[in-house]
Amino acid sequence: MADFFFHTTLGQLLLIVLETLAVLVPLLLGVAYLTLAERKVMAAMQLRKGPNVNGPFGVLQAFADAIKMLTKETVIPSGANRMLFLFAPFLTFSLAMVAWAVIPTGNGLAIANINVGVLYLLAISSLGVYGILIAGWASNSKYAFLGGLRSAAQMVSYEVSIGLVIVSVLLAVGSLNLNDIVLAQRHVWFCLPMFPMFIVFFISALAETNRAPFDLPEGESELVAGFFVEYSALAFGLFFLGEYANMFLMSGMVSILFLGGWLPPLGIAPFTWIPGPLWLIAKILFCLFVFIWVRATFPRYRYDQLMRLGWKVFLPFSLAWMVLSAGFLMVTGLLPGGAG
Amino acid sequence: MMTQIVFYVFAAVLVLSATMVVCARNPVHSVLFLILAFFNAAGLFLIAGAEFLAMTLVIVYVGAVAVLFLFVVMMLDVNFAQMREGVQRYAPIGGVVGGVLLVELIMAFTHWRVASNIGQIRHLVPSSSERTNTAALGDVLYTHYIFLFQSCALVLLVAMIGAIVLTLRDRPTGRRQDIDRQHDRTSADSLEMLQVPLGAGVAAQGGFLRPHTSYDVASVPGSYGTEAWREQQMAEETQTALVVIPPAAGTKGQDNA
Repeated sequence: MADFFFHTTLGQLLLIVLETLAVLVPLLLGVAYLTLAERKVMAAMQLRKGPNVNGPFGVLQAFADAIKMLTKETVIPSGANRMLFLFAPFLTFSLAMVAWAVIPTGNGLAIANINVGVLYLLAISSLGVYGILIAGWASNSKYAFLGGLRSAAQMVSYEVSIGLVIVSVLLAVGSLNLNDIVLAQRHVWFCLPMFPMFIVFFISALAETNRAPFDLPEGESELVAGFFVEYSALAFGLFFLGEYANMFLMSGMVSILFLGGWLPPLGIAPFTWIPGPLWLIAKILFCLFVFIWVRATFPRYRYDQLMRLGWKVFLPFSLAWMVLSAGFLMVTGLLPGGAG
Repeated sequence: MMTQIVFYVFAAVLVLSATMVVCARNPVHSVLFLILAFFNAAGLFLIAGAEFLAMTLVIVYVGAVAVLFLFVVMMLDVNFAQMREGVQRYAPIGGVVGGVLLVELIMAFTHWRVASNIGQIRHLVPSSSERTNTAALGDVLYTHYIFLFQSCALVLLVAMIGAIVLTLRDRPTGRRQDIDRQHDRTSADSLEMLQVPLGAGVAAQGGFLRPHTSYDVASVPGSYGTEAWREQQMAEETQTALVVIPPAAGTKGQDNA
């Protein structure tokens, strides 16, 4: 049986399909339930009950929403660029999915354990802006267009600081392989020695996923609903799912870069009984909870404040930290790799 | 075999999308085809085993440069009918330029010689099994050619500063925000109770109902909204030869499809 999967072409293709399903099915279920969790958690924080009608504790709410979304009519505005209009949500959704190919859920347990895993993640997350920009333009609506432009500027700005934060992590690891990044945290998770970078990365992740308090592209008070104001039915659903899947992805990146990926907090008995993938899932869920917590707590930033934070605070700070950590690693002789 | 098929698929799509960049009528479509071309070039890099270059191509060109391209092109208010009028006029010039470039390329490739001392830099080429090409590139850039690399960076820095110097206009009339000042404000120095006589309007306050002590707009020369500012605006408007032309018919929306 193992021979069939590892030594024949058909078996290998089948194996890849199975691996992909093993990642995507839990991910999509997670996305569906994240929408419910968000409503429940925010409700609890605001002393409300949240959805509680469909099924016990409202657990069927996610499916009710999905069915509602599927049975609605797809409206394409007049003067819209039809092909791009329909292409944008698919792009957003599929980009949020393909990034999971490199996320390791255990030692070597990734669909593709590639050498440039971090760069792949960075590339995919920087592509996310296209779905939004194309949606904004193709809708032929000024609100959607403004939302798209805002989002493009915001994502490009915060990508710079995300890149610099990743560079300082890579300095301490000496490899671009995500597996190696997690293994380098065997002794101490990077969120402790690089605590400020952890915070900068998390806030940039909020901005990158257009989440509160940086949800200006949607800005319902001034832009109605931003770039997806003209979308309905399945196309809207894909945007919605893509956005939540992006939250999962960013939480995954935070977990892998700073919270030790699949590693248990301490390498001793009760912690090591729990398998690695469960640790990763627990960390991702924790990050997602913080995402929701932030949304329920902070008011929205003004646009100039957002740009100021990105360019004038995070960028110089992460640049300085990068130089500082490079110098520290060099002086203490902890710089890994060398010629390798 | 598989590699060859994938190569030809990538190469064919690359050439096709590059052609479409030039041929597409809508500039936004052109930029999107350009992005497709970048992707296929990245795919070719991957086939060649240069995964670092492939990823940086996507991150830098697709993730940053093309986004800004798209950003600008989407905001352009292009009149397509006018653009098509010029095609016949400029086609011969474009053809000549293209022809010259083609001839030059052919000449360059037919006279291609590999330098005789190529063996001396063989140590820079990674033998892929033990060294990742990220490490190999880092070695070349940051160890062997660090000074050239640094001077490239300086050239870019000069270009960047030049762009900023050319476009930055520090006008006092801009309503710029000073975050520290905003945070330092208290109600004591920003709130002033005025006794305004009924029916007299706010002309006595200089047209503003605003505390003078904390936010003395009138004291800043050229501050927005003051009398001096209005005079300056008038002077500027009468002196400038620029005539405001209303935007031409044919907005973005109508030409979208």
